[in-house]
Amino acid sequence: MIVSAITFSIFYLVPRLAGATPETLATRYVGRAATEETVKLTAERLGFYDPIAVQYWNWAKGVVVGAEYDYGSGVESCPAPCLGYSFITKQPVWPELLDRIPVTLSLAAGASLLWLLAGVATGVLSALKRGSIFDRGAMIIALAGVSLPIFFTGLLSLAIFSYQLGWTLPGGSYTPFTENPVVWSQSLILPWITLAFLFSAQYARLTRAGMLETMNEDFIRTARAKGLPERTVVVRHGLRGALTPILTIFGLDVGLLLGGAVLTEKTFSLPGLGKYAVDGIVANDLPKILGVTLVAAVFIILANLVVDLLYAVIDPRVRNQ
Amino acid sequence: MSSDDSVQRIERGAAFLDVRDLKVHFPTDDGLVKSVDGISFQLERGKTLGIVGESGSGKSVTSLSIMGLHKRGVAQISGQVFLDGQELVSSTPDEVRLLRGKRMAMIFQDPLSAMHPFYTVGQQIIEAYRVHNKVSKQVARKHAIEMLDRVGIPQPDKRVDAYPHQFSGGMRQRAMIAMALSCDPDLLIADEPTTALDVTVQAQILDLIRDLQREFNSAVIIITHDLGVVAELADDIQVMYAGRAIEYGTAEEIFESPQHPYTWGLLGSMPRIDRERTERLIPIKGTPPSLINVPKGCAFNPRCNYAHLNGGASETDRPELLDVGAGHKVACHLSPGERAKAWETDIKPKL
Ligand SMILES: Nc1ncnc2c1ncn2[C@@H]1O[C@H](COP(=O)(O)OP(=O)(O)OP(=O)(O)O)[C@@H](O)[C@H]1O
Ligand code: SF4
Ligand SMILES: [Mg+2]
Repeated sequence: MIVSAITFSIFYLVPRLAGATPETLATRYVGRAATEETVKLTAERLGFYDPIAVQYWNWAKGVVVGAEYDYGSGVESCPAPCLGYSFITKQPVWPELLDRIPVTLSLAAGASLLWLLAGVATGVLSALKRGSIFDRGAMIIALAGVSLPIFFTGLLSLAIFSYQLGWTLPGGSYTPFTENPVVWSQSLILPWITLAFLFSAQYARLTRAGMLETMNEDFIRTARAKGLPERTVVVRHGLRGALTPILTIFGLDVGLLLGGAVLTEKTFSLPGLGKYAVDGIVANDLPKILGVTLVAAVFIILANLVVDLLYAVIDPRVRNQ
Repeated sequence: MSSDDSVQRIERGAAFLDVRDLKVHFPTDDGLVKSVDGISFQLERGKTLGIVGESGSGKSVTSLSIMGLHKRGVAQISGQVFLDGQELVSSTPDEVRLLRGKRMAMIFQDPLSAMHPFYTVGQQIIEAYRVHNKVSKQVARKHAIEMLDRVGIPQPDKRVDAYPHQFSGGMRQRAMIAMALSCDPDLLIADEPTTALDVTVQAQILDLIRDLQREFNSAVIIITHDLGVVAELADDIQVMYAGRAIEYGTAEEIFESPQHPYTWGLLGSMPRIDRERTERLIPIKGTPPSLINVPKGCAFNPRCNYAHLNGGASETDRPELLDVGAGHKVACHLSPGERAKAWETDIKPKL
């Protein structure tokens, strides 16, 4: 609720500040050729003259119960959740979003799995071999991973693996999983790796720091005193102890990513939520922007919820409070 | 090879646990920390050894090196530790690991931090049991409940599923003991098992350790900075100062006729119920020495009231741990006459 109100205000006010008036907004619906009269009429029908609170109320009502739009030429009904119609394409936003969610979902799922495994494994090994060549090398690569922008690594990998070597499919060729899982993964493997590289660097550093701390805890000494093999000590006792902050960040990152991996989707021309949002912003298409933001916010809230629940699963001390 | 074998056959140690000239040094940026610098003792099954000394005297480092819990590369360990004939210092990490938990087990000072916060008490005991016993989870769980019952935890079948933070301090230490004893070890090392507990609970835990020792007939090492803790429990007592043993004897000898000025100090600072509050605590003056720059001669000399009686020897020569009769050993330059005089006139009346 609050998130959507804030979003609404931002994307409502920003265009206003940039000089948009109810008339210019309405022009987008009726086209430039229309007379001033028609524009004003449309603006009024669409409620562009109403105060911001009323406009928000109407929009929110649309999300919950659906809405009906009166264009003058006809009435269109938009069932709940109604996120309005694109200013540009005049298509309802919600079904378009529904089309794009699987793309972003696929991207996020694959990448997050990759970076979690790679990052945590690297971090653990680095911590155990602290100061070794492996540790230093991994941390330098991690630093590179954190600081190299996605469009650099993305375009580089596209250039090498798709265009030069032809191992993977070039960008912009998303195939749904349900249609062909093999092609699906082929079209996503590069974005996955690129995105995972960026994120796993952070996870490697986080895991390394956490492991260095946990492996000094008294309970690790107890685990060794039991005669457990070192691998069990490291994984079941050490990693388990260091996992809490990692999973917290992981939940939030995935939530954030589900709202659209803007740069990655743009770089690889994947028709996901992020690209949708960018297109919306570029075209100043308020309903699109609002729709994506709302979906993103829902994902982030969901992720927060999952993290909170996970916390209780991971740490029994939280459970009993 | 064959000569190696014969050496091993001869070198089996004289007692169940036989520690010989154990040294544990840590190279650090500030210098070499000689945490343990030549410790020897023997311990039989069914007996209890108390290791007593101030903070930093090397008690924990000693016990951790017996358990093989120091990181190789971090600690330089020399000397020999025979456990039932097997030499541990020269054994591979994996050989020692297989003994840990099974033949030798350890209880730590702070049971809250020594247990994993994310696993139930039962899971941790089950794990300890199953490393060394190939049994199903159900069998191990039954065993864990039995162990909890054995150490006096009420409703063990329910408490087995509780997390460490849901236990009181005393119950946690009992659970730690249950975990340590789950594989019926021959050697139990308790490193300040009661320091984190309040006084009434302390007594209960000490009673428990004594009862269990009788039941299991294991060898027990109790480490403490409080002579009161080992007064009733220990058969023998080793007093440590700056990484070395400065006095060793039966508990009776140590309490009835202590020979070393540092032991006198420890006895003087020991709280006792039968003493008036005002004269109860006579702390040892000064602070323990740095283990990087141990004082020349007798490490205790800067704090000792009798150092001047030895014609400079206390400041220049390190006294050896020598037998003063019937296995009672002391490392001090004082002549028997002076020692007896000081004990009779200065110390004994005050205790
Ligand atoms: N890994 C290590 N690296 C360097 N120094 C160490 C290390 N472990 C222990 N020491 C040093 O060894 C000395 C003896 O430590 P130890 O823990 O054995 O003391 P203690 O007698 O158990 O004291 P306390 O009563 O406080 O537990 C201390 O001065 C400590 O700083
Ligand atoms: S050797 Fe000297 S300094 Fe050391 S305890 Fe004996 S009298 Fe004191
Ligand atoms: Mg200690």
